[in-house]
Amino acid sequence: MSKRIVPIGPYHPLQEEPEFFKLIVEGETVVDIEINIGYNHRGHEFLSPSLTYDQIPFLVERICGICSNSHPLAFVLAVEDMAHIKVPERALYIRTIVHELERIHSHLLWIGLAGHFIGYNTIWMWAWRYREPVLDLFEMITGNRNHYAMNKVGGVRRNIYHDQISHIEKVLDLVESKVSMLTKAVLDDPVLHARLKGIGILSKEAAISYGVVGPTARASGVAIDVRKDDPHCAYDKVEWDIVVEEAGDIFAKAKVRLLECFESIKIIRQCLKNLPDTPIEIRIEELPAGEGIGRTEAPRGEVFHYIRGNGSHHPVRHKVRAPSYMNLPSNEVTVKGHSIADAALCLAAIDPCYCCTERVAVFEDGKLKYTWNDLLLFSWKKTEQIRARLRK
Amino acid sequence: MSQLALELQEEFKKRFPFAEVYEHNKRRLYITIPKDKLMPVAEFLYKEKGLRLSIATGIDTRDGFEIIYHFSHDATGTYFNIKIFVSKEDPKVDSLTRIFQASNWIEREIYELLGIEFIGHPNLKPLLTSDDWPKDQYPLTRDYE
Repeated sequence: MSKRIVPIGPYHPLQEEPEFFKLIVEGETVVDIEINIGYNHRGHEFLSPSLTYDQIPFLVERICGICSNSHPLAFVLAVEDMAHIKVPERALYIRTIVHELERIHSHLLWIGLAGHFIGYNTIWMWAWRYREPVLDLFEMITGNRNHYAMNKVGGVRRNIYHDQISHIEKVLDLVESKVSMLTKAVLDDPVLHARLKGIGILSKEAAISYGVVGPTARASGVAIDVRKDDPHCAYDKVEWDIVVEEAGDIFAKAKVRLLECFESIKIIRQCLKNLPDTPIEIRIEELPAGEGIGRTEAPRGEVFHYIRGNGSHHPVRHKVRAPSYMNLPSNEVTVKGHSIADAALCLAAIDPCYCCTERVAVFEDGKLKYTWNDLLLFSWKKTEQIRARLRK
Repeated sequence: MSQLALELQEEFKKRFPFAEVYEHNKRRLYITIPKDKLMPVAEFLYKEKGLRLSIATGIDTRDGFEIIYHFSHDATGTYFNIKIFVSKEDPKVDSLTRIFQASNWIEREIYELLGIEFIGHPNLKPLLTSDDWPKDQYPLTRDYE
């Protein structure tokens, strides 16, 4: 059978940034994939040395629109590591609370879209419905639903006040009961089992070789989590568990993300209860020359920032590594051998963001063959077929 | 520093006596090695000790290029930052893609932003810059205008 190319992108609907996947298919089966990135290369590493340490958190916040707390947090951790700065306790707790709220909203976003891709729009509606109260919490705490601007070198920029705590707890109760319902619905559904199990498997060996991070690694049995391995903020002062699954398929990835929401809720509750009564920031007079590394666990995995300063107000080098940078190449393994109907889901399983324009088109002999919506319909059709088969 | 990380550090020093180790704090080690020893060091860290290559940073300094390979020891949360220096006259380093897949994109990025060539890389072409970016311009070098 002859090989054909199905291009997905360059303005890819599944990715945080526009990306281009060239699927090489034989009939329905994907035999190879070529990944091209760089359509949204904004030169942060070039820009950053021209800004001061106070300005950079606002720059790196805009790297990602979904996990916009992770990059500034990793950056301030790097600067604090370079200068051996000790941050007040309350600031550490507030950082933890905001970071975990972000994880909940990000995981709910993913589970909703994964539902949408396989034609389970109910999951989409429910997950996004209860993501909203979390975003409202952000607005209350930080003033923004996104791009929270909470982190600064030496502390946080806004406090959490006593009268806000009971409201946050109330919303957490609501979100917990609804996510619990959603989790049961997803984990018990025979159609979802048939549709997601054994699809897009990333073996433990491949996960280690590709150096993947976050839920993508934890679903393949690699028990790494920066929050446990390299405790920062208040993560070593609260009780919580790492969620690890062995299967490595899409079902395992979904399960890890759903269960992590409960761990996040657990962490936030403990932080709110034990919020220490200290200032929320310290004043930094000057920063010495040196090197620093900051890392934190974003919803998608480890975010890494490296800073080299020369004693001035600007860094001389600022290296940024987002988790998807490590996770994306692993699609080379997961998508091969699957049908086009599964490809969209496999590529989405590492949880790239979805904020870009949906624009996919497949051309044959110069004529439009199918669009992104058609790919979605293929995926929905497969779910329908499985559902019908299971009903019999 | 935890016992395990200390042992690993001692073993590293014994195995590679030429390495200059600087301990920034208990979880951040900066280790300078000659560039021709990169391969055995990376093999030791990844294959024998199970460290993960998190990322590599390329820096253009006054004296030449510097590459820092950030290896993460997840069991102890320690970063082993392996530093090598590459001269500007002959910017070439061995590619680590022979050992693990993780370095594939990382080396492509350093190649396109700094112009350092990785010997043995299977697909050394630009990763991030656009297709019409001029061939001999490397945006993160000091003389780039």
